[in-house]
Amino acid sequence: MIFTVLIPLLLACFVPLISKIKDKIHTGIFVFFIPLAIFLYYIQFVGSDFTTVNQTVDWIPALGINFDFYLDGLSLLFVLLISGIGALVVLYSIYYLGKGERLGHFYVYLLMFMSAMLGVVLSDNIFVLYTFWELTSISSFLLIGYWHFNERSRYGALKSMLITVFGGLSMFGAFILLSVITGTTSIQSMIEQKDIILNSTYLPFILVLLLLGAFTKSAQFPFHIWLPDAMEAPTPVSAYLHSATMVKAGLFLVARFSPIFSGYEWFFIIVSIVGIVTLCWGSYMAVRQTDLKAILAFSTISQLGMIMAMLGFGTEIAVYAAVFHILNHATFKGSLFMVAGIVDHETGTRDIRKLGGLLNFMPMTATLALFGTFSMAGVPLPFFNGFYSKELFFDSSIDLTAGISGFADFLVQVIPYLAVFGSIFTFVYSMYFFFGVFGGKKQFNLLPKKPHEAPIGMLISPIVLVLGVIIIGLFPNLVNGTFLAHAADAIKGAVTADQHIKFWHGWDSPAFMMSLIVVGIGTILTFTRKKWAGVYRFLPGKLSLFKFYDIVLDKLNSVSNGVTKQYMTGSLRLYVAIILGTTLTLTFITMGATDGFTIQFNNLSDVRIIDLSVVLIMIVAAVGTIFARHNVAIILIAGVVGYGVAVLFVIYRAPDLALTQLVIETVSVVLFLLCFYHMPKLRKRDETKRSKAVNIVISVGFGALMTIIGISAHSSKWFDSIANYFIETSYKLGGGHNIVNVILVDMRGFDTLFEITVLGIAALAIFSLIKLKKNKEAD
Amino acid sequence: MEIIISILAGILFATAIYNLLQKQLLRIIIGTVLLSHGAHLFILTMGELKRAKPPILIEGIKDYVDPLPQALILTSIVISFGITSLLLVLTYRAIKENKTDDMAQLRGEEHEYE
Repeated sequence: MIFTVLIPLLLACFVPLISKIKDKIHTGIFVFFIPLAIFLYYIQFVGSDFTTVNQTVDWIPALGINFDFYLDGLSLLFVLLISGIGALVVLYSIYYLGKGERLGHFYVYLLMFMSAMLGVVLSDNIFVLYTFWELTSISSFLLIGYWHFNERSRYGALKSMLITVFGGLSMFGAFILLSVITGTTSIQSMIEQKDIILNSTYLPFILVLLLLGAFTKSAQFPFHIWLPDAMEAPTPVSAYLHSATMVKAGLFLVARFSPIFSGYEWFFIIVSIVGIVTLCWGSYMAVRQTDLKAILAFSTISQLGMIMAMLGFGTEIAVYAAVFHILNHATFKGSLFMVAGIVDHETGTRDIRKLGGLLNFMPMTATLALFGTFSMAGVPLPFFNGFYSKELFFDSSIDLTAGISGFADFLVQVIPYLAVFGSIFTFVYSMYFFFGVFGGKKQFNLLPKKPHEAPIGMLISPIVLVLGVIIIGLFPNLVNGTFLAHAADAIKGAVTADQHIKFWHGWDSPAFMMSLIVVGIGTILTFTRKKWAGVYRFLPGKLSLFKFYDIVLDKLNSVSNGVTKQYMTGSLRLYVAIILGTTLTLTFITMGATDGFTIQFNNLSDVRIIDLSVVLIMIVAAVGTIFARHNVAIILIAGVVGYGVAVLFVIYRAPDLALTQLVIETVSVVLFLLCFYHMPKLRKRDETKRSKAVNIVISVGFGALMTIIGISAHSSKWFDSIANYFIETSYKLGGGHNIVNVILVDMRGFDTLFEITVLGIAALAIFSLIKLKKNKEAD
Repeated sequence: MEIIISILAGILFATAIYNLLQKQLLRIIIGTVLLSHGAHLFILTMGELKRAKPPILIEGIKDYVDPLPQALILTSIVISFGITSLLLVLTYRAIKENKTDDMAQLRGEEHEYE
């Protein structure tokens, strides 16, 4: 199994090589065989005697992260969809994309995506699942932005990336919680331990985070806004990613984890509500669109909402209907996208207002569209597979039993009405799609090209998909026992194996009555569509979530920009103030909280007049630097402090220090005096009162802090000094009487070595600063 | 006496930081100089200011002041001298090139984030 996941990725490495010879053969022809081979490999698992298959390949065993692949009914359904539709899409793209396009890029991204998607549906390990999950986001980003010179493409790619990665990271959070609680990284062993998860206090977090991942990926309300903008991708991509595979990853996730959560009432409430709302909103919005692909995008959103709702219901029949509709939707929606691509390709526009009357010119395409749209609408004829799953959907919405809480109870009452409401609009936009393009008046003067039938190669893929629609419609039990039942089993347990799909439910069946209502009202609404135009235009109006997203993104940008501007002013003064203020506050708080200030007055040396007078002079000089108004004055006053330090070194028995300090202070003062001539005169400090107060608080606070630290450090000496060692061994080991010098060159010679280096570097730097000038005119 | 020297070090720190927070480059360098003076005194105080002989071995005397802080301070004096002189020359060059010593005017402009 692992090879089927990795082979597309491996072969993607060779695609750029192959694409170099595109003048003779289209790259897609080579690529076509990859999904085909995978499809043929998995077809062998289909059958009524299906059993699950496991395979493990070590990756990071120490963390419990391994490629644990697990093939059950659900994964098998998805794997067949991904590889089967993948092959058809590659075939379609051979005719859709000319040799002038950057084919190498296209097929590398596509194979990357295929590999990621197979990984998502086959992984049993949550972290491996997450890895592949993000890889689908990334490859989808690349595919949407395929025509990167197009501004709308880049916008759509970024939007889908932001939203799906937001969801992906939420999901990652849920995964971490799950693995911490259960102590395992395998989904199957989590299902075995579901009691632990259901009794955990983190259950609400897990559920919400997990569902965020699923809802963003599957374009559920209100995260559906990325999908219509993803329509800027080439049509094969839209057909593959944004109808048949990637957007179903969220459904897969919900289905995969529903054995754990199905007993939890909030799972039912959240998933059902979001699904139903998405169904209604998506189908309503689809009616308003004028672009073929936009209609299909909103239609996808609404259909995904319907499947999501069924997964939320969680009853046997609902789960069965959900997997059935996943299959059906993939067939008819894939073919419809291809039809939209053909229409675009052959007429030069996708604007439904310019199209019309194409039936005679594109009879094949029209037939394909007819099957696709009527199946999508759920027209009650036995060769439209959409009708079956829609019937099952109605069945399951009625079939719901009352929940425990009042709210769930209320929900159970409302759901059937909402289901019918959403389906009516589904019918309306399906009819609009078909009759808007193929029926009505001819208006070829509006079209950029003269329309004609598509080449046969382009038609093969939609023909295969439409044959799927018809065959599943006529012989539903062909897919029923062989793999749909196994898929439902994987979600719900062994009870659904003998679901029987019937076309005829009988006149008295409520689901059939609901279908009739949908068709009836839908037909009326379709014929009177023009009268409703005002309502359609009015309703989301300013409430559009698209605008909301733009505003939020804009606000995030401007607010964070504003915040950064507040403190990143470019003023070093402010940065120093912030650094010192933070240090001051943190140190005071820490010292205070840990009782760090101890002040004792024993063990002090005596105070003498001479020391005191030096100290006083230094204090006066130090304070004087603040008030000095002249360059020479400030330099000399600072010099007084330096010489004061030297005197203190004399008093406190440090002859070497005193010597060094005297020399260095003298040299420093000389240096300062050398420079002062070139420095502008000291000005009056132009401080505002406020900044002056802040400066005083910071500097006085810092001085006080250091004083207190000094005193308390002196008051709490915990160990004896190691001075005795140096005093005793200075002569014995170092052979010198001057202990300080012995320390500097013998005991701690490394300090001195690098101190010399520092001086050397400083000297070199000064030299180059003065000598080397790139700009000769300055100076 | 240790307490008085600690207070002196504290005052040196306070004046140093007040100077650091000014806009003129010369004041800022004076601030760094004062800061290193304060730090040196701080280290000296930590080694106790007891009355004993300077750390030069003389036959028959046992009681010396702590030599280690002195060695540390000596290293530090040299390093801060190197830094101060570099800063000074840097300032000199900066003033020559930019014709100003005002930190408020020495902000980045074109590459600053708007």
